[in-house]
Amino acid sequence: MSTANVERKDFAASKKLRDVMGQYFAELERGPAEGKKTAWCTSVGPAELLRAMGFNVYFPENHGAMLGASRMATDLIPLANARGFSPDICSYLTSDIGSYLKGASPLQKMKLSGPPKADVLVYNTNQCRDVKDWFQFYAREWNIPCLGVHTPRGTDAPDRDLIDFVSRQIKDLVEPLEKVAGCKFDPDRLREVIDLSRQTTMLWKAVLEAAAAVPSPITFFDGTIQMGPAVVMRGMPEAVDYYKLLVAELQERVANRVAAVEGERLRIYWEGMPVWGKLSPLSNLFMELRTCVVASTYCNSWIFEALDPADPFRSMAQAYSSIFICRGEEEKEAYIERMARLYKINGILYHDAKTCPNNSNNRYGLPQRLQQKLGLPYLVINGDLNDLRMYSEEQTRTNIEAFVEQLLQG
Amino acid sequence: MAYFCGIDIGASAAKLVLIDSQRQLLAKATRRSGVDYAQTAQRCLDEALHAARLNQSQICGAVSTGYGRDNVPWATGKMTEIACHGRGAHHFFPQAITVLDIGAQDCKVIHLDASGARTGFKMNRKCAAGTGAFLEEIAYRLDLAPAELNGLAERSTKEAPLGSFCTVFAATEILEKIRAGIAVEDIIKGAFRSVVKRLLEMDVVTGTLVMTGGVAAHNPALVRLVEDAFGRQVLVPPEPQFVGAFGAALFAAEMAEKTQKGATSC
Repeated sequence: MSTANVERKDFAASKKLRDVMGQYFAELERGPAEGKKTAWCTSVGPAELLRAMGFNVYFPENHGAMLGASRMATDLIPLANARGFSPDICSYLTSDIGSYLKGASPLQKMKLSGPPKADVLVYNTNQCRDVKDWFQFYAREWNIPCLGVHTPRGTDAPDRDLIDFVSRQIKDLVEPLEKVAGCKFDPDRLREVIDLSRQTTMLWKAVLEAAAAVPSPITFFDGTIQMGPAVVMRGMPEAVDYYKLLVAELQERVANRVAAVEGERLRIYWEGMPVWGKLSPLSNLFMELRTCVVASTYCNSWIFEALDPADPFRSMAQAYSSIFICRGEEEKEAYIERMARLYKINGILYHDAKTCPNNSNNRYGLPQRLQQKLGLPYLVINGDLNDLRMYSEEQTRTNIEAFVEQLLQG
Repeated sequence: MAYFCGIDIGASAAKLVLIDSQRQLLAKATRRSGVDYAQTAQRCLDEALHAARLNQSQICGAVSTGYGRDNVPWATGKMTEIACHGRGAHHFFPQAITVLDIGAQDCKVIHLDASGARTGFKMNRKCAAGTGAFLEEIAYRLDLAPAELNGLAERSTKEAPLGSFCTVFAATEILEKIRAGIAVEDIIKGAFRSVVKRLLEMDVVTGTLVMTGGVAAHNPALVRLVEDAFGRQVLVPPEPQFVGAFGAALFAAEMAEKTQKGATSC
């Protein structure tokens, strides 16, 4: 098979990204000295409410991804396993708890002391139950409140009853959060934050949809790096400013037909979690194969179009209950079909992540159904988001190369 | 005359074939893959060249495949073992086929249409269940040479089923069966059945079934169990262990012919 060695094309905006993310973490570190309270929030939790109430908001899943990407996770997970957290449950959870137990964090490489201690923990079970179990560990460790929203999962599009149920739970967070924050909730501030969050999310959508261009100016692997502000800084003006910069750069790439993967000849959709510890080798492998992984459900999961400053609580409930991970199989199928058309996909790669059943969508026959419906070949690779003991480099490489061979047959 | 080489460096064994432009097999060689794949490849090549009375300069193209495909310095191309086993099997059975390949470390289900184009494939998960490594482990536990397994399975009168698909747990189950006085040949047949069950759950099989790889080559009793499980005849090409290497050699010939050189000589 013909292969090419090509360099990854970094974005000019990436320098700014490092600055913006660095400032975000520095602010978290300074928080207690400046009298600011820290709230931990799940990545698709009610971050806007927390920010509107004056909290510095920290996202442990982001730390989980950093533990994976830095390949610290595989050494830390066993520490949590020994404390009774099974190797079969979320490896973000086990690597983060292992990190806490050992006092080792990739944040220390950024000259920070580590994850900020929380004053309150706020989860949303829209992704999985593990986030609640994860936060409850810290609630016990630090004797602090652990609050949350329980979202029905596996249903079709959220109906009025579901939105009522979830928005009521978000409203019910206000009173206990006021006690921790030591200040009153300001509805106008929440509208401002939601407006900023919506701007961020729409710009993030524009970033990802730039990949509809042929050749694509961005890859899924770029997306996993560029998504930082969309996850941890939504509701902050700095995120809006950053994505304006990145969107402009992407528009320029599209206008000049700059390909993220030189000589792009195939376009793949990535379904499932990234393999954080293998981003670079996988990115290089696809570049050598002149195949662009153009889009993913994962990066799309931080697009919250329903956010509406005019109806803060209900729109948050709508946005956070509409995410792919908590939808039923029929909606998931329809969603991937839309993505396959939008991004002009040649094939779909499913990552079956051993410790993340909720993000492993190959387990109930969906790839076979979509192949039958769309005629799109698919590949399943076995691995994990963080636990590299579940990943075989050679098997993955052979699978991907064989998949590309198959797609190139025409 | 132009000559082509295919080499399949697998997890356990390296297999090499030489063919001519008429796609006739001239020579083959096999060795343990070892730790120095380049050296193993060269030794296999030297052996086959000697047998075919050729020298290396007469080889117009060589394709490498298998886990060691990147470690053959003289290869002019590389393909995955999925492509090569499919190509080799379709050469012998030019129709819509499903290829079951059981190698030392992985097993594959490869679907090909009547033209030989691949329509899909599956590899085993990161687990030795259903592979040659599983049978090697069972042989080791029973203090047998892998070559003895087929003869024993052939003599079995009452299969002893294994419940676990984990190689380690299956070995523990075997120890229990030995303690219970169950005949070794019945345990072996149970282990063969376990391999077949792993294949059965990997994918839906369509078209004619073809088996390749070392396990099929050395264990006709296991092939019959596959026929039994899938309810259809299984075709086995000549030299099933070399089908991947043969497919690689066919690709080498096609690549050389496409570039307009090597059709008749190098």
